[in-house]
Parts: sequence; structure tokens; C-alpha cells
Amino acid sequence: MTSRKPRSSAGRPAAERPGDPTLAGDLLAMYERMAQIREFEEQVHTLFLKDLVPGTTHLCQGQEAVAVGVAAALRRDDYTTYTYRGHGHVLARGMDMVAAFAEIMGRAAGVNRGKGGSMHLTDRRLGLMGSFAIVGAGLPVAVGLARAAQLDGGGRVSVTFFGDGAVNIGAFHEALNLAAVWKAPVVFVCENNLYGEFSRVDHTTPFEDLARRATAYAMPAEPVDGNDVLVVRRSARAAVERARAGGGPSFLECKTYRHRGHSRSDPGRYRPSEEVAAWMARDPLLIAQAKLVELGVPDAQLEAVRQAQRAAVARASDAALASPPPGPDELERDVVG
Amino acid sequence: MSLASAELTYREAIRYALRDAMRADERVLLLGEDIGAAGGPFKVTDGLFAEFGGDRVMDTPIAETGFVGAAIGLALAGYRPVAELMFADFAAVAWDQIVNQAAKYRYLSAGQMPLPLVIRCGGGAGARFAAQHSQTTESWYLSVPGLKVVAPSNPQDAYALLRAAIDDPDPVVYIEHKLLYPAKGPFQPDGDRVGIGSARVARAGHDVTLVATLAMVPRALSAAEHLAADGVDAEVIDLRSLAPLDLPAVVESVRRTGRLVTIEEQSVSGGWGGNLVAEVVARAFDALDAPPERLGLPEAPMPFSPVLEDAALPSPERIAEVARRMVG
Repeated sequence: MTSRKPRSSAGRPAAERPGDPTLAGDLLAMYERMAQIREFEEQVHTLFLKDLVPGTTHLCQGQEAVAVGVAAALRRDDYTTYTYRGHGHVLARGMDMVAAFAEIMGRAAGVNRGKGGSMHLTDRRLGLMGSFAIVGAGLPVAVGLARAAQLDGGGRVSVTFFGDGAVNIGAFHEALNLAAVWKAPVVFVCENNLYGEFSRVDHTTPFEDLARRATAYAMPAEPVDGNDVLVVRRSARAAVERARAGGGPSFLECKTYRHRGHSRSDPGRYRPSEEVAAWMARDPLLIAQAKLVELGVPDAQLEAVRQAQRAAVARASDAALASPPPGPDELERDVVG
Repeated sequence: MSLASAELTYREAIRYALRDAMRADERVLLLGEDIGAAGGPFKVTDGLFAEFGGDRVMDTPIAETGFVGAAIGLALAGYRPVAELMFADFAAVAWDQIVNQAAKYRYLSAGQMPLPLVIRCGGGAGARFAAQHSQTTESWYLSVPGLKVVAPSNPQDAYALLRAAIDDPDPVVYIEHKLLYPAKGPFQPDGDRVGIGSARVARAGHDVTLVATLAMVPRALSAAEHLAADGVDAEVIDLRSLAPLDLPAVVESVRRTGRLVTIEEQSVSGGWGGNLVAEVVARAFDALDAPPERLGLPEAPMPFSPVLEDAALPSPERIAEVARRMVG
């Protein structure tokens, strides 16, 4: 299923009434995408342990519902900008897994021919406009993309993902203010996983509900259960529709948790085990599974989805491993035109 | 004033380049502090708001990271933004966006995302603005692959280089010298449409090569007049572009004169002069009749007091004295 394109929910009714005939189908598609991201990240970790991933990686297991729920609210021509913990964001919008794996391993078949790596996965054909490895740096750029969309007049929106660690840096504040002043069609999606690198958010910010930051910039802000993909989609749809209709920016604080440490070999021991256990029990895949079973989807079908994704990920990983490293001509290519 | 005029101020040349680029291409947009109805702190954008409106001449908050970043986003989406940094020194506030984002976008995306962005910087000393509002900042950018840097010294080049910068597919840092804004110079609208990366021989000569940028160009020309009175025939090269650097033009000149003096309005440590000297020595060592000399500012922040500021800047007399000693 590596070649499967993302299922867009654009144009579908936003209703999520019980008995909504599209709901089980939508949720199953989103579950499939989350399962893909989960398997992808597990495979990146395996490759890393085999020394096949140079440098570092920042994995997003546990945060899949944010990327997938928001992507489900987008049109294909919408812009997204995201972070160094961005594998989920790009897969959610349909980046080819071979191209992603190859990039993360620094190979010629990488989406950026091995020049960006794990922290810089971009594909403008999919609206994947930039993966920012400097905390907060993507927000002003996202506002510029939104300003462009506003001038173009086509109803396109710009969505930018960032972590809880970004809310204390200047770029964050400058971007929110500029977006508010311009009434730019941008949705700020804060993935509050409670830790900026190794520091808990209550050590670095005077409150844990980061949505409060946005009220200073006169935009609607909502704390959201970031582990429930349907909740994320519903909130994202409201924010995206508001932006499309000229209502300006909004802010979603998606409360979530990363299952693994900050990066590479970080075991995350600074996190209390009860906290980890509580969040593991709220795994976004488990939440979606429970809802799907409630909607009448058999367990066996869900297991088949997981198996299929595991197999697809393995195939893509193998295909990427077959790619050679970039040729020496890449070294000084694409510096300037 | 119409473009048919034979003389224009540097300020007008920049304004007309913006205006003509905006008339030619509706994707060209301006962003900056007070550039709209107020016409800009140095009146460079005067009248553009009236002609093009607030969607294309955007006043921004005092937030350089924010609006330079937004300009990057606009460029990614197909616009041709020109961001104005009121004072060149303020680039430091937007440094991450310029150096880590704009400069690397094309490369990190393996060519998918060229970034046609111009950053106009009001630079230079002599206006008694002290240490945080007087730097030319020319060399700040030179260790950053992915950026082009231009620094015009006269109206003709100011116009042509700004048009070229706006047409360029990559981020271009366009450094202006605020002392030159009222300076008049000959201008032909269809004249020399110089591209980025080409130096100009401002005065031909065969005894010594003086290389300068921005407001040091008129000082070098004045020094050349002093030298001429002593029978020394100096060639003056206006670099105009710092990245890419027109090395062939300088090497060719030094091959004829055998002597090189660089004059830059910044500390010589880490300056373009040192880079230029190294390249010339490597390429034309055999042609040198004397060790090259670098002139610049003292290794100190720019002082406020006019007496001290004037003493900091290389004067025509000092330039002439150094060149005379080399020839003598």
C-alpha cells in the first residue's frame, strides 16, 4: 500500500453523527495512515540501531493523530510547514515512503536527494513546504504562505505544526501577531507533548495550557485531545474552514505525548513511569481502534490493516536501502540557480 | 521626475527600480516598517503605497524575524517579495530566517524550492547614528553559501542591481548606503543593466588598483584625484557585487597595475578585502610589485561623536597616502 494516495476528506460533510455512513470509512482510512506512520517510525528506529541512519532522528510514535487528523481537514493544495519531528506530517499528506526512507538514510533516491535528511523532508507537489529544524522558525514562513494564499484569493490555507518548546521563542510571537494583524488564513497547530527536548513544559512556561498564548494575539484557541484523531479532525476542520472563509488565524493546542525520547538514543528517563504508562494507555491507535470496533469494524480487519502497513513499510525500507548514496556532483548543486 | 532624466539621486533610483519592477510584475511585493503611506524612514518608497496599495506595499510590525520569515513564505508561494530592513544592522534580529532558512531553502529541497527574495538593507556610517545603526554589514553574509550580496555605489547601479536582484531566482541581500541617498548621478533608464556578479572600472589607471564598495567608491575616486596630482595613475574598481565576486575583473586589473589596495567600510578582520587579497595573491602572485594593503575601519564599534566617526572612516587622503607609499 505504499503507493496509496492520501484519502482526502475535502468536500465531505463535516458531520460526525452516530450512524454517519462516512464515519467508519473515514476513521478506517485515518487509522490506516496512523498505522503506516507508526510502522514507519518503528522501522526508522530499527534502521538507526543498525547504523543505517546517519546523524539523528526525532520519532513521533504517539503523536500520529495530530498529523493525520489535521491532514484529513486539508485540501490537496493547502500548505503545510512542520518540524524536525516531521515524518508523520509528511506521510500524513502522502509522501512516498521510499523517498522518505531514502532521504532519512542519506541516499540518492531521497525526496531531497539525501541533502536534507530526517529533519528536512520537503515535497512542494504535496504542499509540504518546509521542515524546520530550528525551533519556531517555520511559523513566520507559514504566515507568509498564508498571506500569499490570501492575496491569491483561492481559499487555500496554511497549516503549521510546532511543539510546546516553540511557544517561548520570538519567532512564535512575531508570527502569531503578524497573522492576526493580516487576518491571514493560517492554522497554528501546537503539538504539546509536554517536553521540549528533556525539559517539562511546566519548567519552561508559566502554564501548561499553551492555547492561552494565542489569546494574547486575539485569535480563537482551543485545547484539543491530540490523541483522538476524530477530535483533531473536527477541530482542524473548524479552524481550516474559518481560515478559508476569511476569518483569519486560529490556534489548536493538541495535547499529546511522544512514546520515545527526544531523539536518537534518548531513553526519556526524565519522565515519570506513571506518566508514560498513562499516556501509553491513551495511544492514538488504541483510541481509534476502540472507536472502529464500536462502529462495527471487526478486529480482524484492523489487524489486517496493521499487517499490510508493516509489510508496505518493510518493502519501502528495502527499496530505499537499494538506493546508492548521492553522487559527488550533488555537493555543490542547488546552492544557487 | 521621469526616467528620461539624465540625473537621478540614489534614493530615486532605488524607488524607480521598485516601481518599475512592480509595474512589470504584479507578483513583486514590498514589506517593511513604515514603508507604506509614510514612504519609509529614508523616503525610499515614497509614493509607492499610493500607486500600488496596501496589499503590495505592506507595513509590518517592528518584528524582523516575523516579516523576513513571511517574505520567505511569500516567495515560496510564487511572489517576489522585497523586504526592507530599515537599518542594515537589524538583519541580526532576523538572522535565523536569513541564514538558516532563506539561504538554504533551495539546497535542502534539492532544487525544488528556489527562493526569489530581496532583502534591502539601509547600511553605512557617516550619519551620526552610532554603533547599532551605522554598519554596512557587507561581510556578515559572505560565509553563507546560498546568498547573493550586492552593494551599489551610484544611481545607475542601484537601479540596475535592484532590478536584477528582484528578477533573480535566489535570495539577494541588497545593501544600500544611507549617506548616498541624496547623491545624484547620471542615469539612463535603458543604460547599463548590469547583472549580479560584475564589477565596474570606475576610473581606469595603470599604477595601482583601488577596490571599494558603497560610499568608499567616491572616496577612492577622490583619492585617485589626489594621486593624479602626484603623477600616480590609480585604477578604481567598484565591486558592486560581493557574492558572487568578480575576481577576473580585479585580477586582470592587478596584472596591469601590480598593486592592490582594498577599501571597505567595516573592520578588515573577516572582511571581503582579505578574501580578495588572498585570491589575487593566489592567482597573480607573479604580477605583484608590492604587498597588497587593506584599509577599513578600526577594530572598534562605530563611535557617535562626529570627530571620532570621521576619524574611523578611511579618508581620501589616507587612501592616497597608502597607495602612494606602495608606488613610491
